[in-house]
Amino acid sequence: MKKKVVVENLSKIFGDRPEKALDLVKKGHSKEEILEKTGQAVGVYDVSFEVEEGEVFVLMGLSGSGKSTLLRCINRLIEPTVGKIYIDDEDITSFSEEKLRELRRKKLGMVFQRFALFPHRTVIQNVAFGLEIQGVEERERLAKARQLLEMVGLKEWENAYPDQLSGGMQQRVGLARALASDPGILLMDEAFSGLDPLIKREMQNELLSLQSKVNKTIIFVTHDLDEALRIGDRIALMKDGRIVQIGTPEEILTNPANEYVRKFVEDVDMTKVLVAEGIMKRPEMVAVKEGPRVALRMMREAGISSIFAVTRDRRLAGIVTAEDAYEARERGEKDLTNILITDIPTARPNTPVSDLIPILAESKFPVAVIDENKKLLGVIVRGALLAGMVRKRDETE
Amino acid sequence: MNAIPKIPMGEWVEAFVAFLDTYFGGFFEFITNLIDTIIDGFSSALMFLPPVVLVALLMLVVWLLTNRTIALWSGVGLLLILNLGMWEPAMSTLALVLSATVLSLVMGIPVGILTAWSDLADRIMRPILDFMQTMPPFVYLVPAVLLFNIGEVPALVATVIFAMPPVIRLTGLGIRQVPKDLLEAAQAFGATRLQMLGKVQLPLALPTIMAGVNQCIMLALSMVVIAAMIGAGGLGGEVLRGLQRLDVPRAFESGLAIVIVAIILDRITQKIGGRRKKR
Repeated sequence: MKKKVVVENLSKIFGDRPEKALDLVKKGHSKEEILEKTGQAVGVYDVSFEVEEGEVFVLMGLSGSGKSTLLRCINRLIEPTVGKIYIDDEDITSFSEEKLRELRRKKLGMVFQRFALFPHRTVIQNVAFGLEIQGVEERERLAKARQLLEMVGLKEWENAYPDQLSGGMQQRVGLARALASDPGILLMDEAFSGLDPLIKREMQNELLSLQSKVNKTIIFVTHDLDEALRIGDRIALMKDGRIVQIGTPEEILTNPANEYVRKFVEDVDMTKVLVAEGIMKRPEMVAVKEGPRVALRMMREAGISSIFAVTRDRRLAGIVTAEDAYEARERGEKDLTNILITDIPTARPNTPVSDLIPILAESKFPVAVIDENKKLLGVIVRGALLAGMVRKRDETE
Repeated sequence: MNAIPKIPMGEWVEAFVAFLDTYFGGFFEFITNLIDTIIDGFSSALMFLPPVVLVALLMLVVWLLTNRTIALWSGVGLLLILNLGMWEPAMSTLALVLSATVLSLVMGIPVGILTAWSDLADRIMRPILDFMQTMPPFVYLVPAVLLFNIGEVPALVATVIFAMPPVIRLTGLGIRQVPKDLLEAAQAFGATRLQMLGKVQLPLALPTIMAGVNQCIMLALSMVVIAAMIGAGGLGGEVLRGLQRLDVPRAFESGLAIVIVAIILDRITQKIGGRRKKR
C-alpha cells in the first residue's frame, strides 16, 4: 500500500513565542500550566502518523483535543509550528504560496462541520466553485458539477440556494463540492456532527458506499466514538494535542493503550463493533454427495439438529435437518440433494453483530458465515452470540 | 489663564492651506479639470433630452431597478418639479449628487476593502473618519474655496469629503461580517486573495455596501444644498436666493423639489440593497 499522507513530529503552538511553550511541553507540563505561564496555547504536540491510500483514517477526541487543528495543518489552513507533512512523498510544509494553492486545488478536498456553503450561489455553483477557482471553462465545470450532484442524489436541486435545503442535503452538496475537482484526499471536519442522528447514520452509510466507488484517502475528524468505529479503517485517539493510540476499531476497543482510552471506549455498544468473525464457531458440515446416514451420524455426535451441507470445495449448498435426513434414509436415498434446504440465513465475516441479531431472531436455523466465494467459514448460533459478547466484554475489562 | 498664549491652531491650518496652494497649485488644477469633466458629463447627459422624455426614461429605469409603484410616484414627483419651474436647478443638483456619489464610491470602496483586510489600516482610518463625519459640513467649505476657488468644483470636493465616510465604514463592515468558515472554505479550495474578494467577500457584503451607498447619496444631497453658499447653484441656490430675498414661495418650492429628489434617490437605493439582502 502506498503512503498517501505522512505526518512526522508535528506540533502547533498558538502564540508569539512557540519555542518556550515547546520546551515546557517537553518537560512534561500540562496544557493549562503552559497557557498560564507563557500565554501560549498548545494545539497539537509531537504527532506522527501515516495514512495509506484508500484508507479512512479517523482523528477522534473530545473538543479541545487538537483534532481539528491537526486536520487544518494538513492543508495548512493552520501553519504548523514544527514538524513535517508529506503528501504523495512531497514535503508540503516547505511549499510556496503558489504551490500550496495548487495542492489545495488539485489534491485536497475539504468538508466542513457547518457545511460552509456559499449562500449567494446556487447549489450547482457551489459544487463548481473549486473548478471555477481553477479557471475551468463554465460549460465543463457545470457538467462535472451536475455529474456529482447526481451521484449524491440532488440532481433536481441544482438551481436551489443552500438555505432552501435541509442539513443533510446541504452536507451532500458540501461533499459534492469537495469531490468536484477529483482530489485524492478528502479532509472531513466533523462533517456529520451537525446532523440529527438518523440523517447522520444515513450519511455515514452513504459516505462508505461512495468511498467504495471513488476510493479516496479520507481523513475524518469526529468527537463521536460510534461514528469513528463505524466508518474508520483506523482511528487515532487524541487528548490534549497528542495522539494517545492509533489502531483499528477492534484494537482500540479490545486493547486500549491506557486508562484514558479505556474510559473513553467503556460505554461502547459492543454489538456495533463486534463482527461475525469474532464470535463464529467452527461449523459442522457434511458433503452433499454423502448419504443421509452419514449426516445423521454426524449430527448425533455433535449433538445438533441440523447440519450444513457443502460441495466438494467447501462451498455452502444448504442445510439438512435431522428429521428430513431420517425420512430420506427410510426412503433409501443415496445423497442429500432432495432434502437440501437452500433458503437459509448467511452473513459475511465483517457483518456487525447488531445486524446478526434480527437475522437470528427470525430464522430457526443458525447463521452461516461465508466468504465472497460462498465458502463456509463458520457458524453462529444464538448461544454463541451471547457468549461471544460476554467474552469480549470480559477481555476489555 | 492669560499667562498661556492661545495656541495658533487656526493660523497653522491657514499657513498649511497657503502652502498647498503655492506648491501644489498644478495638482489642484488637474483635480479641478477632472471634476469639472465629470460634472459636465452628468449635467449634459441630464440636460440633453427634453424634460418630458427624460422623465419617461427615468421612470423606466426606476421600474427596472425597483417596482411599478415607485416608478409611478417618481414620475409624478419629477413632473411636479417640472411644473414648478425647478427642472434646471434640480438637474444640476442631481448631476452634482451623482458626481459626488461616483467619486465617493470609486475612492471609498477600495479604502473600505483595505480597512477590512488590514487592522492597521482600520486603526488609522477610524479617527480620520470620525473627524470627517463630526466636523460641521460648513467648515469644509472654507479650505475648499481657497484651494479650488468658487463654484461647483469646491462644492463637489466638500461633498465628497462629507459623503464618503459611510461608504468606507460600511464596505469594511460588510466584508468583516462575512462568516469565517466561508473564507476558510474558499481558502481550502485554493482561492487567491482576489478571487476570495470577488467571489465571496464582495457579493456577501453587497447588502451592507448598498446601505452605505444609500447613506452616501443622502449625505451628498444635503451637502450639495449647503454648498450653494460657495456657488454650487442648483436647488440649493434657489433656496439661498429665497432666503436672501425672503421670497417664501420660491424657498418653499425649491425646498419641496429637494425633498422629491431625496425621496426618489432613497427609495431606489434602498430597494436595490433590500432585494439583494433576500438572497
